[in-house]
Amino acid sequence: MDINNEIIGLRNVWVCCGGVPVLEDVSLSVHQHDFLGIIGPNGGGKTTLLKVVLGLVKPDRGEVVVLGGEPVEQRKRIGYVPQHSLFDPDFPISVMDVVLTGRSGKSVFGRYTSHDRELAQGALAMVEMLPFKDRQIGRLSGGERQRVFIARALAAEPEVLLLDEPAAGVDMHIQTEFYELLERLKKEMAIVMISHDITAVSIYVDKIACLNRRLFYHNSKELTSWDIEATYQCPVELIAHGIPHRVLREH
Amino acid sequence: MIEILQYGFMVNALAAALLAAVACGIIGVYVVVKRIVFIGGGIAHASFGGIGLGYLIGIEPVLCAIPFSIASALAIGEVSRRVKIAEDTAIGIIWAMGMALGIMFISLAPGYAPDLFSYLFGNILTVPRSDLSVMLLLDVIIIVVVCLLYKEFLAITFDEEFATVIGVPAHKLYLVLLCLIALTVVLLIRVVGVILVIALLTIPAAVSRRFTNDLKKMMLLSIFFAASFAITGLYLSYIFDLPSGSTIVLVSGIVFLISSLRSSGHSFKY
Ligand SMILES: Nc1ncnc2c1ncn2[C@@H]1O[C@H](COP(=O)(O)OP(=O)(O)OP(=O)(O)O)[C@@H](O)[C@H]1O
Ligand SMILES: [Mg+2]
Repeated sequence: MDINNEIIGLRNVWVCCGGVPVLEDVSLSVHQHDFLGIIGPNGGGKTTLLKVVLGLVKPDRGEVVVLGGEPVEQRKRIGYVPQHSLFDPDFPISVMDVVLTGRSGKSVFGRYTSHDRELAQGALAMVEMLPFKDRQIGRLSGGERQRVFIARALAAEPEVLLLDEPAAGVDMHIQTEFYELLERLKKEMAIVMISHDITAVSIYVDKIACLNRRLFYHNSKELTSWDIEATYQCPVELIAHGIPHRVLREH
Repeated sequence: MIEILQYGFMVNALAAALLAAVACGIIGVYVVVKRIVFIGGGIAHASFGGIGLGYLIGIEPVLCAIPFSIASALAIGEVSRRVKIAEDTAIGIIWAMGMALGIMFISLAPGYAPDLFSYLFGNILTVPRSDLSVMLLLDVIIIVVVCLLYKEFLAITFDEEFATVIGVPAHKLYLVLLCLIALTVVLLIRVVGVILVIALLTIPAAVSRRFTNDLKKMMLLSIFFAASFAITGLYLSYIFDLPSGSTIVLVSGIVFLISSLRSSGHSFKY
């Protein structure tokens, strides 16, 4: 693969939490226009992997390159939808202002420009939340909040999208719209999405990786049943090539 | 009430009340929405060390409290990041250390501290003119910084992790915010004293939260409430010859109680 258009590069990354390895020798390379899905069991280290890319977790060993530089310097070019946004639902802020915070790193001092507002409105329209723009954030349902956080990431005009279970709690209609939106977006950027919805992942993404401390990844959409079994540590039924892979517990 | 104003000290007290209201109205909103009331209390009590030091070395105690409260604000912001202890533990330690230092300094100072009580519980009636200009200056600093950093402060108080990722220097700005809290504390010492500062930092903002979901409107409303509480308290303390600081705090508390009873059937949660 061409190293020049590499957007995210991890080489032999190790992360330990209190002596226990969370990521073991993870290497990964994401390129422009890639749409990578990451699946794996709870506690497999998926969120930790994204935080390593964002510079929020420092790896104990290994190298991380994001958009040709250090994660901490380049992360403002990343759009991030966290798994759990740590915010106070009583916070006096409107939906529009939440989405505008996606623009808050673009300039220091001063106000949002009309361009910022247009982008925020556009992002809200993409997730069909524009009618709610003046609502206080806590007075939305869980799925509506998640859509607002997706809009917040899009408003930043990111060059890469890191999505940590973005569709969790979002209804079927918006999910489909959202995945179709991602298909369009990947023409302009690279996307990494964590999901437990293996069916959706296998339909929409181009490449799949399995993560359970170690990353099983062949730079393609194909996973061997050995990969998935090693990841989930349970018997797996695998139907390859375009047809949804399914993971079934057998006991 | 007009005839009271023929006394110079009353005019000063009124001015001090209004100047204090501006600071605690704006900064109190951040303290309440970011839920760092305990940090406000810690900074306030720690600043007593500065007052004691002022006595000891013969500098105006309120001026001496400025560097002291800023230092304790920065310490609270940094300690829990550098050393492996919980933030509230750090606050508790700095809170008590500041108080202990203050009392130590005062006991070392020659003679006896006649108006010590007024720094602990406030005495707005004795605010000298020189303090008013310090208060005005602190207000100007607070307003200018909040105007410049409004969107950044909103981003870091709402979701610090996301703000960090998006390129806002969240931790540095958080320290700036803590310094503004420190300045507000100094402004409020004259009015209600270090021990009661926490009331004016929280009650006006908490009451105004019931009326709006917008941070800017909340600030304006809480300036209004803080000023009303201070002026009402001042008036009552003059009429009934009560200590001004505690009268202001009790007035605020009663209004808070009424406002929370009145809107308890509402959908607001504060
Ligand atoms: N702050 C932390 N301190 C200590 N251990 C942590 C911390 N965060 C995560 N871990 C550990 O790291 C491991 C990986 O966590 P991570 O959140 O990355 O999992 P995940 O794959 O995202 O799981 P899920 O599917 O539940 O979201 C877990 O075993 C967890 O116990
Ligand atoms: Mg996770």
